[in-house]
Amino acid sequence: MSDYKFSKVQENEISRILAKYPVKTSALLPLLTLVQRADQVVSPEAMVAISKKLDVSPAFVQSVMSFYTMYHTEKVGKYMILFCINISCQLNGCDKLLEHTAKKLNIKVGETTSDKKFTLHREECLAACTEAPMMRVNDTYYGNLTEQRIDQIIDSLD
Amino acid sequence: MTQILFKDINKKGLHTMKVYEELGGYKSLKKAFAQKPEEIVEAVKASGLRGRGGAGFPTGLKWSFLAKDVFPRYLCCNADESEPGTCKDRELLLKNPHLLIEGMILCSYACRIETGYIYMRGEFHDLSSIMDQALDEARKKGYLGKNILGSGFDLEMHTHLGAGAYICGEESALLNSLEGGRGEPRMKPPFPAVEGLYSKPTVINNVETLCVVPYIVNEGAQKYASLGTEKSKGTKLVSVSGHVKKPGNYEVELGTPTSELIYNLAGGIQNNNKLKAFIPGGSSVPMLPADQVDVPYDYESLAAAGTMLGSGALIVIDDSINIVEATLRLISFYMHESCGKCTPCREGTRWLYQIVERIMQNKGQLEYMNKLEDICDNMAFKTFCPLADACVAPVVSSIKYFRSDYEEYFKNTPVETVS
Repeated sequence: MSDYKFSKVQENEISRILAKYPVKTSALLPLLTLVQRADQVVSPEAMVAISKKLDVSPAFVQSVMSFYTMYHTEKVGKYMILFCINISCQLNGCDKLLEHTAKKLNIKVGETTSDKKFTLHREECLAACTEAPMMRVNDTYYGNLTEQRIDQIIDSLD
Repeated sequence: MTQILFKDINKKGLHTMKVYEELGGYKSLKKAFAQKPEEIVEAVKASGLRGRGGAGFPTGLKWSFLAKDVFPRYLCCNADESEPGTCKDRELLLKNPHLLIEGMILCSYACRIETGYIYMRGEFHDLSSIMDQALDEARKKGYLGKNILGSGFDLEMHTHLGAGAYICGEESALLNSLEGGRGEPRMKPPFPAVEGLYSKPTVINNVETLCVVPYIVNEGAQKYASLGTEKSKGTKLVSVSGHVKKPGNYEVELGTPTSELIYNLAGGIQNNNKLKAFIPGGSSVPMLPADQVDVPYDYESLAAAGTMLGSGALIVIDDSINIVEATLRLISFYMHESCGKCTPCREGTRWLYQIVERIMQNKGQLEYMNKLEDICDNMAFKTFCPLADACVAPVVSSIKYFRSDYEEYFKNTPVETVS
């Protein structure tokens, strides 16, 4: 296992994050997020590097990380599509739209396209119920979805 | 109708310091600093404000429970909005971040707190950037930092992002998560007011709750208390979603009939269908049938009707779907989000899911109905946190009011499996 190197920008960001808390461990989620966003995955090497920054064991990092759904141990696509399937979206027809999206991407829900561009996941409520049905692509929320709108959104991403 | 939180919500540039101050923002600080901290706590008590996150606990009382003379103390704003149906805090965070900061400054001054965290769900990454910008603006203005406006009061405030876990909206799980651990709820007591973040006295309030405080300081507790009903004071943001023509977040005085929210503000039911059921306070509270739609939207009236105001998420369901479909979706949510710490919840949510799924596959037997109720009995109020109770709510209420929807599936059950 080779060593994980944080970039200089990341090192600065880590210092800024650590300064927020009186106890280092509080920076664990923010550091995992930093890595996940840069690499689309949290590798075992990164877990070790984070554990060293925070003076905790790699096992502790993994135990915490495995609790949260936004960290991935396998690389996800460039665009992570989280499709809300909870009640307000269900009542507004999300199931059919999710099926349509999977078909358009030619993958099953939970999979990544072979060109590593898109990953499609079912997601629990994303707190945009008044815009149902909705999905989140990376950081952007898209509401009031229709099949046409989904096609447009996916086609516009490069 | 009186608008407190949404008065200027659609003003352009409201998220900037300039526009927010032009509209009277941060005015309450000087007024507050001229008073003793205890006076602010008393005013919030007198206003009748109750927690808007779900539990509805009186806010001023919560503040007064802080362990005496133990410092440092912390404020955690709960912005982990994840309750299905609820999206009011997101609108406040997106459009009016300074209102939250102002409310948090007032709370911190009242409770002698010098550090505040805004715990946002991980999916709110964009909103945390907006909030970070607003915090920077507030620092530059001297509303955060050392000796704020010459008052001698110091306060720093930070955003903190979660990473996808509904349970972190439960206050003790939120604290564990903020400390860098798994978001599992803690045994209570001790309550956070005594031993909270880093084992220090901690106030945890919902976004909407804190956003009300500037109004109470500016306009007086009596003015706030004059709104609403005798026991449910003030206004409430209600997220109306589901089968309505105009879904949206609406601010209403507590006590407004639920029918007014559904038929007037949200424009009525889609596709000329008929109302079948509504869930008044987010997915964790019991649903009610259409004939109770005139129930006043306040804490006491909804409790008397056997449900709760919860987070203020009104989910509207029309007669185009079988209630069991919606119920299964909600059970599935709680099964997914159970942290697994308590056995009744970890196992119970899965059992409920498996049984209802089997019923929907026409493989059920009538005795399954008793089994469901029995499992619910063994889950409710038997766990560290209310997630199990929340999962039970849609199951018990759907059986109570829509038993015939379950029975639809038994009609098609092959005879040999019924025996």
